Amino acid sequence: MAIFKDRDTSHSDRSAWDRKRHRHLVEESIKKNLGDIIAEESIIGQSKDKKIKIPIRGIKEYQFIYGKNAGGTGTGVGGEKKGQVVGKANTQQGMGAGQAGNDPGEDVYETEITVEELTDYLFEDLQLPHMERKKFAQLELEYKFKRSGFQHKGIQPRLNKKRTMIEKLKRQQMIKRDQEDTNADQVHERIPFHRDDLRYSRIKEDIRKHSNAIIICIMDTSGSMDQTKKYLARSFYFLLYQFVRWKYEHVEVAFIAHTTVAHEVNEDDFFHRGEAGGTYISSGYAKALEIIEQRYNPAVWNIYIFHCSDGDNWSEDNSKAVALVEELCTVSNLFGYGEINTATMYGSSMRKEYDKYLSLDNFVMVNMNSKADIWPAFKKLLAKESTPRGNS
Amino acid sequence: MTTYNMDELEEWDAKIEKLVGDVGLNCYTQHFEICSYEDMLCYEAYLGIPSHYPHWSFGKAYERQKSFYQYNFVGLPYELVINSDPCIAYLMQDNTLLTQILTMAHVYAHNDFFKNNRLFKRDTRANMAVDMFKTHANRIREYIQDPSIGPEKVERILDAAHGLKFQMSRYGEAKEPDKKQRAEEVTKAIPERLQGDLLGFLAERGNLIEWERDLINIVRQETMYFIPQLETKIMNEGWASYWHYQLLNQLNLPQGLHLEFLKRHNLVVCPHPGKINPYFVGFKIFEYLAKQPGGRDQIMAIRAEDRDQSFIRRYLNQELCETLQLFSYGIQGDDIVITEVSNEDGWKTIRDHFADSVGLGGIPMIQPSVVDKGTLVLEHICDDRELELKYAQETIKYVADLWGGKVDLRTQVNKDVKIISCSEAKLVTVHS
Repeated sequence: MAIFKDRDTSHSDRSAWDRKRHRHLVEESIKKNLGDIIAEESIIGQSKDKKIKIPIRGIKEYQFIYGKNAGGTGTGVGGEKKGQVVGKANTQQGMGAGQAGNDPGEDVYETEITVEELTDYLFEDLQLPHMERKKFAQLELEYKFKRSGFQHKGIQPRLNKKRTMIEKLKRQQMIKRDQEDTNADQVHERIPFHRDDLRYSRIKEDIRKHSNAIIICIMDTSGSMDQTKKYLARSFYFLLYQFVRWKYEHVEVAFIAHTTVAHEVNEDDFFHRGEAGGTYISSGYAKALEIIEQRYNPAVWNIYIFHCSDGDNWSEDNSKAVALVEELCTVSNLFGYGEINTATMYGSSMRKEYDKYLSLDNFVMVNMNSKADIWPAFKKLLAKESTPRGNS
Repeated sequence: MTTYNMDELEEWDAKIEKLVGDVGLNCYTQHFEICSYEDMLCYEAYLGIPSHYPHWSFGKAYERQKSFYQYNFVGLPYELVINSDPCIAYLMQDNTLLTQILTMAHVYAHNDFFKNNRLFKRDTRANMAVDMFKTHANRIREYIQDPSIGPEKVERILDAAHGLKFQMSRYGEAKEPDKKQRAEEVTKAIPERLQGDLLGFLAERGNLIEWERDLINIVRQETMYFIPQLETKIMNEGWASYWHYQLLNQLNLPQGLHLEFLKRHNLVVCPHPGKINPYFVGFKIFEYLAKQPGGRDQIMAIRAEDRDQSFIRRYLNQELCETLQLFSYGIQGDDIVITEVSNEDGWKTIRDHFADSVGLGGIPMIQPSVVDKGTLVLEHICDDRELELKYAQETIKYVADLWGGKVDLRTQVNKDVKIISCSEAKLVTVHS
């Protein structure tokens, strides 16, 4: 006789631990792929609420398995002919003999996240520095009022009726008890409010200190910066903008395009307008200094400056550029220089100049040759931002 | 809400069990456990063994199964049965009374198969099965909790061992070598005993510490336990379907239940066009064989002796091929193209092709070949089938993990010898 056991309802959630671990691994894999995702053009320039689709690869359990050329055996519905095409090899609907529990099909599924979630994902795991609070960081104060306790004196609108009532009841009870204790004959029929009962809400100013940041994007728009290079620069600026915005509550961005002379331009012109001509990198830096002096007092603003260039500068300008970088570094939180070399290496690159003459704590250089370099370059930049600095 | 109560189940079970004895099936004591659908998902994810050791892959299996079920891609199995003595089977509580009856009959035949098939008798110890899984789980939990080891290190080894679990002896556990043999083996880079057993070789000769070897041996022992099921999928399901059909026909079911039985049975053993439904193929072959001279005695002998590969090679004939409408297919460009159909000319090719692709035959065989200056050289035992290179390039990293050094794998792509190399830094290259 078989033994029957009814359902055991006391069991615990057996797979909870393994599910959690699996989900963790999936998240890791999303984060790993984010580097690629972030460099996709479709994301850049989108608003923070825009939903984007990203593919998630299931965590694969790799084994040695046969590839497609193995073929297989199937059951037909009758009337099959030799040479008949019965499916496509690359679709999920393809046929396959039961292959020992191995499913070489891709488990790719998509998930939708917003740009904001994406940046949260990106940045949450990076070790972030404590924000360097500028002395007068509360440039934009947000005044709010918060109730905080009670007081006896106050203006009429702040009369707290509930508290006043409680005070009155307390007094009333005291009187009653007093009467019982003393067996007094005199009974107050009605106990009115007394001035002492009145309570007013105490108000505290709630000042939210805003932190402000300005990103100054400087780009070489001379003839040698082609669309591919600008695209890389743009991806990088996008990340930087997302990051700074993530860290600070109020972020402004200024764009400076330079050839031999520099102009402050709008975003669209910055990324799309190409100019012909030579390059004086120093002109862009001088413009940045000018903007900082006029509008962004370093005592109040956290200043991030980033310059993208292909490293091609007219050599008579080099020493001037180096001097200006030093000057910019003293007023900014971070100065980043990204050199983009998609194809050829120029003989005299600014990188070498900077390497030779500059050793500033808050100056960082990164190299980007392709889309794949953007995320690593950005992480390198952040690593710099994250190291505590002595000169702040 | 269920359509039955436990008393009813027990009544039907008594009738089934009597018939089971009458027809000559020889079973372990049977235990039935009623479970909810959540439990069933869980049992399925843990290969029927809820006390199994933890690993993220089971969490993945659970999530996957659950979402498939939620999106209606697959139904849950009506039952899950474990090769153990006593034989434990889970029945899902939401099944109808008829489904439970059919499932119980089905389970008894699985039980008989576990107890009598040669592979199970040789490679598994049913009376120890549940304890084995518990012991393994306890050991692995101890390693996880050991502050000097921890979950990450355990996971690294388990990931690798899982990836290579089918790369072990295909003919059961070799005899433990005695002292003399061990002494002789010391001088050999790859002892003969381990030539067909990559995972066993790595457990013994890989650059590993004791608890790591233990983890690999745990995975080996469990794989050894599961391989007979992999090797007899078609026979086992065919056998169970053949007998549930016979038994329920003899149960004198009330008419309503009988109609439901026929419907349910037809769903279970229907062909899946373009694929192989083991229930369908196995059922048809056993049904056919039972009608041949030799009848019941012959099928009893077959269930004791064969595995899917030999079963198909021996008993799939032209008549069966045609009944099953089997065909072989291959890939040409992007198309799946029929290469043989079941007729006079084609059926033998189909039979051989089919027999070679079932069970372990569907898994490439990778064997340790030589050790060359610290580099472990593996050999893919090639037939016409090629390795899935993307998977091979990832899986070779697992070998390197356990070996603790450089690994080369010789294989063939388009009939040319290719070598997949994995450096110590886990950089993988493919070259001629």
